[in-house]
Amino acid sequence: MPVEVIVKSLFILLVVVAGLAPVITWIERKQSAVMQDRIGANRADVAGLTVIGLLHPLADVIKLLTKEDVVPYGANRIMHLIAPVIAAVPAVVAYTVIPYGGVYTFGGETISLVAANPDWGLLYVFAIGSIATYGTVMAGWSSNNNWSLLGGLRASAQMISYEVTMGLSVVGIFMVFQTLQLQEMALAQDTTLRLFGFLERLFGVPVPALLGWIRIPAWGVFYQPLGFLMFLATIMAENKRPPFDTPEGESEIIAGYHLEYSGMRFGLFFMSEFIEVVVIAGLVTTLFLGGWSVPWLSQATIIGAISKLFNVEFATGICAIVHFLCFMLKVVVMIWLQMALRWTLPRFRYDQVMDLCWKIILPLSIANILVTGLVILLARGGA
Amino acid sequence: MTVPAILFYVFGALAVLSALGMVLNVRNTVAAAMSLVVTMVSLAGIFVLLEAHLVAVIQVMVYGGAIVVLFLFVVMLLNLRSDDFAPGRARLQKLAGALLAIWLLARVSKGFVSFPPWPPLPPGFGGYRQLGVALYTDYVLLVEVVSLLLTAAIVGALILAKRRID
Repeated sequence: MPVEVIVKSLFILLVVVAGLAPVITWIERKQSAVMQDRIGANRADVAGLTVIGLLHPLADVIKLLTKEDVVPYGANRIMHLIAPVIAAVPAVVAYTVIPYGGVYTFGGETISLVAANPDWGLLYVFAIGSIATYGTVMAGWSSNNNWSLLGGLRASAQMISYEVTMGLSVVGIFMVFQTLQLQEMALAQDTTLRLFGFLERLFGVPVPALLGWIRIPAWGVFYQPLGFLMFLATIMAENKRPPFDTPEGESEIIAGYHLEYSGMRFGLFFMSEFIEVVVIAGLVTTLFLGGWSVPWLSQATIIGAISKLFNVEFATGICAIVHFLCFMLKVVVMIWLQMALRWTLPRFRYDQVMDLCWKIILPLSIANILVTGLVILLARGGA
Repeated sequence: MTVPAILFYVFGALAVLSALGMVLNVRNTVAAAMSLVVTMVSLAGIFVLLEAHLVAVIQVMVYGGAIVVLFLFVVMLLNLRSDDFAPGRARLQKLAGALLAIWLLARVSKGFVSFPPWPPLPPGFGGYRQLGVALYTDYVLLVEVVSLLLTAAIVGALILAKRRID
């Protein structure tokens, strides 16, 4: 058991943290270049080879590691030094409960492709996220700079506010899938449902035979479209990236909470943002986009089809690989969506960010919970 | 010693030390608040050892996360310095606090001597299902009363704050 957990954790670290996060910095550069009609990152080279700018992340790391690490005069030294670590570690460990594959049986042994699957899975992500706030707040306070302090204050207010609405906006998903475990949610989405089935279950109207065969994947986004939009908005606000980057609004408070950071300590803030982009993509995929499941093709169908040609063990292995690739594809699409939003929308004003949270998303999410509860009650036939 | 026992002592020592750190750091309010965070998180670790997993997660989320961040927010907004605290005024409070602590210690240690053995845990203990069922069946009246009380407290705080602004 410990060996299994270590292998899975290493897999996440290598694929997600060491693999995807640097590539994302490249994607972000390229995407910003495309959207601003520039040629983009193509200068870093090794012996004349630029590899479409893919060497830029490497150059970034070398630059950040060799830069001087400055602690400003009058700063609280200990807090200034540990704040970036507190910001970066939660971003990495939040990934442990997100499944990157289903549950497979190899000759009597069951393997669930998720590093940890506690009963309270999603709450773990929220708890870890609330600890991440301290990195930002400590960085803002300990730098002995008023701009930093303002950035830290803005960050703490923004993250506390959006934590509330983020939790409320996914309560509907808990109610639909009747669980908090992310692997169970993904398993529940590995099927299809009739597009017009709700007519029968809610209003007792029989579905016409012609429409009855139209099936959609049983993804969370089809049960909770409003919840999907609200969760995406709130979790992006939690990550403090544009358009929600008021804690580091350059035009008002220079760079906010990480103004006084240099070298790799700045790099840690930078990296934690990008790792969180991956975590957000993984979470949204698992909660709303079916996780690792292939739309319209359930695990049993895939294994059944392949095992006609090969033995079952081989078919299960192929199925696991297909599921993992499907999960990564969905994650990459969600990363692309976040990048596109980041380079499309201008920064909200600070009061607009707060109004969006408390005056729009909070009432909507409570209404969403109420309606979801009523619909579930009606669909079960209870009153 | 088993692993849970070792972990209990680690978390317990951490909780006590960070609580002391909070009290002794009272002039450096931000450091005191950060010590409080460590106390809250180590208490969450002890809750995990007691199989109360949901309480542990809520402890980190609500106390470790939200409430202390709000403390920090206020402390940072006021930007208190150590010389903002007048010395010597709190002598009587300190004496009262020490007496109260001694009394509490005596009471608690009396409880430790005659501590009944643990009953076996019911299946699913500490999960969100059991807590939810208990809160919304046996204790539903108390939940509603508490929520009403909290709403009243929020409204009261708003009225008090608004009077000062107007």
